[in-house]
Amino acid sequence: MIKKLLLLYALVVLAAVGTADAASNTLILDGSTTVGPLAKSFATYFTRKYGLHVTVSESGSGNGAKSLINGSCTIAAMSRPMKPEEIAAARQKGVNPVAHVIALDGLSMVVHPGNPINSLTKAQISSIYRGAITNWKEVGGPNARIVVIQRESNSGTQDSFKELVAGKGVQITGNAETQSSNGAVKSRVSTTASAIGFLGLGFVDRSVKVIAVNGVLPSVTTVKNHTYQVSRPLYFYTNGQPSGSVKQFIDLPLTADGKRIITELGFINSK
Amino acid sequence: MADESVGGNNRTTAFVISARKRTLQKAAKTVGEGLLLGIASFVAIVVLFIFYFVARDAVPFFQLRGFSEFFTGTNWYPADHPGGFGALAIIYGSLMVTLGSALIAVPMGVAAAICLSDILPFSIRQYAKPVIEMLAAIPSVAFGFFALVILAPLLQNNGGPMLMWAWWILVTPFIVLAVLVAADLLTNSIKDPKRRQQGYVMLLTVFGLISVFLLYKVGTLLYAIQILTGTNALNVSIILSFMALPTIVSVSEDALQAVGRDIREGSYALGATRAETIIKTILPAASSGILAAVILGIMRALGETMVVWMASGNSSHIPEPWFNYLEAIRTLTATIAGDMGEADQVTGSARYHVLFAMGLLLLVISFISNLVSERIVVRQRKILSGQ
Repeated sequence: MIKKLLLLYALVVLAAVGTADAASNTLILDGSTTVGPLAKSFATYFTRKYGLHVTVSESGSGNGAKSLINGSCTIAAMSRPMKPEEIAAARQKGVNPVAHVIALDGLSMVVHPGNPINSLTKAQISSIYRGAITNWKEVGGPNARIVVIQRESNSGTQDSFKELVAGKGVQITGNAETQSSNGAVKSRVSTTASAIGFLGLGFVDRSVKVIAVNGVLPSVTTVKNHTYQVSRPLYFYTNGQPSGSVKQFIDLPLTADGKRIITELGFINSK
Repeated sequence: MADESVGGNNRTTAFVISARKRTLQKAAKTVGEGLLLGIASFVAIVVLFIFYFVARDAVPFFQLRGFSEFFTGTNWYPADHPGGFGALAIIYGSLMVTLGSALIAVPMGVAAAICLSDILPFSIRQYAKPVIEMLAAIPSVAFGFFALVILAPLLQNNGGPMLMWAWWILVTPFIVLAVLVAADLLTNSIKDPKRRQQGYVMLLTVFGLISVFLLYKVGTLLYAIQILTGTNALNVSIILSFMALPTIVSVSEDALQAVGRDIREGSYALGATRAETIIKTILPAASSGILAAVILGIMRALGETMVVWMASGNSSHIPEPWFNYLEAIRTLTATIAGDMGEADQVTGSARYHVLFAMGLLLLVISFISNLVSERIVVRQRKILSGQ
């Protein structure tokens, strides 16, 4: 009996040591749902090429920053730069966040495919999100109340939207619905006739209609030459300058295969 | 003499052995009881600790911002500078979906429980109850996905007709029953059987026509409704009611079963019909248990997070008009879940503590309703036992 117990104990210890060993060999990514598809494709590619396991969680840019600060992830994927408060919190815990731009993203304003609107100005979009414009007919559309869809406060996309489109310090109307991921926003916009929302360029497909902002549609060219004003870089954040396998992973977007993955997913190479 | 001494000796030995055994037994008893007491008090202490830690982080919010903004304001901009922390719309949203789901789940759940315990034959009940209880095993994220991807577009595209059919299907049986009973009661005092018959038929026709008109008129009104957004309070209420149903059905069915066979048979023996037995005997006898079931179900709806986060639309405003279930709302639980991620970056700020204030509010609400249900159950028991 005691022998058996000892054996069991030994097995448990071995298993624990084994998983601990595995943990030190894996890369853990956490953060933005916008960067999510990119991070996942990189992870699959990386695992196939180097045999190293990579876990990817998508919980929003804010959570990514938090995980990096708490040391529960090796790389934080973020669709906005870290805020001063976050950097201060990181420094306090002895974490030195270093930003790496991996790709560019055009923040796309989307409406239901049946909506006749093709273009809005930044000022119009800002008014819609402020609640000053509440009906599509005020911007030349059909007579229908606008269903405004935004992202939750964790979202880097939400922060980028506020910074780039709505204007800093603008209070988004209390009537705006809040969804927790790019996918949920797309699902709501594609099924709601009078909805407006915003998505990362990589999430746009035929189920929603992209509208031009200030007359310019988001595309690889317009984002790269800055004629599309609502674009932003996407980041990987690491603790200190990366080395070893982390550096290999961070440098993926610079390789030919990495660039191919970025383009395939609808994002735009930064270089 | 020798025998006696031997006997006495034996007895003393026996006594010594049993004394030692008894000490052991006593020790085992003390240890066992102590262990159980420890476990039981641990559970109680966990509850107290939750209260303590939530309250500890909630109090700074009220110190920073006071009470009035939180309970009377509707400006919810916790991430902005300066932030707005008016949670009235959010509290209202929580209460709204809780009430909505209770309105759907309670009648349905209690009716299903009655059907299971007193109407269906035993062989069917054996299968029906586990199937209903299986609803509780479905993860809430699956319910949320269904609400967001299937129910929401359905409500947007066919909301009016769906509401009309729901109105007809739900209300018609009650109206038919009400018309029959009303006509019967009103003609009851007429002595002459022939005239009573005539009056009965006449009243039935008049009431019938009125109710058909009512059904049709309200139906067309509902049919014309265009639901702008499918992620609204109605959607969430429907889904939450399904989540609360297994609790309500299961617990109230147990309560109905606990009403003994003797009481049922006593009622039949006095000449009561099955309907009279159920309404006048069994339901009052089981009312405390049913009430407990209802409160458990309501608590389930109030505390549910995932479904609400996915399907309520999360817009922090009080619908206009205030009873409009077809507008998006935001609840306390969804706000805590949605805002927690970034808020604890800024530990110590109002933005962080306001979430604990909401948690404390939820705790207090459920604590109070538990207390109230406990009181009602005790009082009911006293009344029923004739004290």
